[in-house]
Amino acid sequence: MTFALDTAAPNAEAPPANALTVEGLTTSIRIAGRWFDAVRDVSFTVGPRETLALVGESGCGKSLTALSIMGLLPAAVGRVSAGRIVVDGVDMTAADEPAREAMRGDRIGMIFQEPMTSLNPVLPIGFQIAESLIQHRGLSKRDARKRVVELMELVRIPAAEERLDAYPHQFSGGMRQRVMIAMALACSPRVLIADEPTTALDVTIQAQVLALLADLQKQVGLAVLLITHNLGVVASVADRVMVMYGGDVVESAPMRSFFKAPTHPYSEALLNAMPRVDRATALAPIPGQVPTLPDMPAGCRFQSRCPLRVDKCAERPPLVPMASDPAHAVRCWVRAGA
Amino acid sequence: MLRFVAKRLALAVPTLWAVLTLVFVLVRIVPGDPTIVILGDQASPAARAALRERLGLDQPLWSQYWDFMVQILHGDLGRSLVTNRPIITDVGAVLPFTIELTVAALVIGVVIGVPLGVMAARRRDGFADWFARIFSLAGLSFPAFVSGILLLICFAVQLRWFPVISTANASDPMERLRALVLPAFNLGLIMVAYVTRVTRSGMLKALGEDYIRTARAKGLPQRIVVWRHALRNVLIPIVTVIGLYLGVLIGNAVVTEIVFNRPGLGKLIVTALNQRDYALLQGLMVVSAFAIVVANILTDLTYGLVDPRVKTA
Repeated sequence: MTFALDTAAPNAEAPPANALTVEGLTTSIRIAGRWFDAVRDVSFTVGPRETLALVGESGCGKSLTALSIMGLLPAAVGRVSAGRIVVDGVDMTAADEPAREAMRGDRIGMIFQEPMTSLNPVLPIGFQIAESLIQHRGLSKRDARKRVVELMELVRIPAAEERLDAYPHQFSGGMRQRVMIAMALACSPRVLIADEPTTALDVTIQAQVLALLADLQKQVGLAVLLITHNLGVVASVADRVMVMYGGDVVESAPMRSFFKAPTHPYSEALLNAMPRVDRATALAPIPGQVPTLPDMPAGCRFQSRCPLRVDKCAERPPLVPMASDPAHAVRCWVRAGA
Repeated sequence: MLRFVAKRLALAVPTLWAVLTLVFVLVRIVPGDPTIVILGDQASPAARAALRERLGLDQPLWSQYWDFMVQILHGDLGRSLVTNRPIITDVGAVLPFTIELTVAALVIGVVIGVPLGVMAARRRDGFADWFARIFSLAGLSFPAFVSGILLLICFAVQLRWFPVISTANASDPMERLRALVLPAFNLGLIMVAYVTRVTRSGMLKALGEDYIRTARAKGLPQRIVVWRHALRNVLIPIVTVIGLYLGVLIGNAVVTEIVFNRPGLGKLIVTALNQRDYALLQGLMVVSAFAIVVANILTDLTYGLVDPRVKTA
């Protein structure tokens, strides 16, 4: 079987080293008429073939970061208030809506957490995959169908040709997520954002979908931004890890050094809250809850739940590289000096 | 699909049977002796007995019931007590006018209501939304006889765009169409109101669904996201409302036909009532019931077209 995804970098003149660059991204959301920064000053890059995992509890700003990159924030309640997002050399923050539409689905794709509700129930899945090919590549319906069969085979949907005209309700959750992946990859994007792609799936299906993603990534040189709260998933597929808390990046590190030496007290707590077979100790839940945005403390946002809290935490710590490992950065007054 | 159609048709049989039985019972439990009603209280017992025999009322109830059902299955609705013409002929002569009016009202309801509802949902609380909400509230609040008279005063009497006295019988198709416009709008007004409301609320819900985010993530322009991805899902509640409302539409046609002086089932019903023509009334009830059952079958079949999940259910 041959796969027809283009592997060549599309921007031949000046191939950007990073498929995705985010600089100082701040996203505000509106709660009861007031705007709050739900994502603060987030910067990162993802290169081709690289997987960056964005980790944190619900409400920490992971998904908002993804939607900001895609330009899919609902205008009434969310906006990018500062920063720059560059996808495959195109500044998405400076682009107008038609230009962003041209990028979405073509240079950057996204798959979502809920495969059960993310597909349109009244359109055949073959057509839903074909849509972006028709939109971005100007393919005829017939040519698009041929390509869709290839894509469905690529994501290992059995009997692809017969299932072109099937509807989402005729597919299982895992198969639907494969359809979502085929859809996101239809135009051979450079960047894929996967927002909790396996959370809604059975464990065995999770592993299959993750393996599939990793495979495809190798084949086509995709840059993947993986959003998850599952540290097991992070350990199995990520190259680098970024931990978010209350809209701040609190720790950023290569995957191995993160698991070897989690540094921010929140990262530590996260790892301690994860069940492990090699350790008989009881799980240690993190006390308290993430404060809501209007109640967010000034300074370090984790201070109300932090066992290491000192007076200085009333001031916002910077994200600084550690002396021992410059690739490993942490946002903590106590730990940064160590 | 064929099995789906067959199933729906099979389901219609018991429904029709129940409706016909109800009509039969209703006509017979109306108090008063029909022969007195028809012949007047001065009639001789001999004349009344003769009429009883002619109407089959001297037969036992089960035998009357049997004859009634057999007649209807043969497409025979009996004869008018007043004119003695076959009822099916009278109904057949005016039915096209009522169908024409109802279908035109339905088309107006969809052609105006759906885009209005979509625009209202896209710009929630904007101008289109306020217009749609006020318009649909007005459409729902005006009884058909009031809006009909207003339309006549405005567009027929003052502006003289349309005839005041219906020319629906005219042989010239343009003239016939001209006579249809005002009554169709009058009847369609409430349809527009219902369709606008259900489209607006359906679209507001659909536009917040996950699959809309997926469609936007594919880079589809807003126009396609709205009209293809969102509206296709809203067609399901729209078809439901249209189906439910078709029955009301057939009833409302009566008022509209009288206000605009159009031939149709409505005028026939009023004639039958005025003349106490029970046989004609019974025939008209059967025809209306049949029309509503057919409308429901069409609605169910349309479900199969707009919602792929229905076929396998």
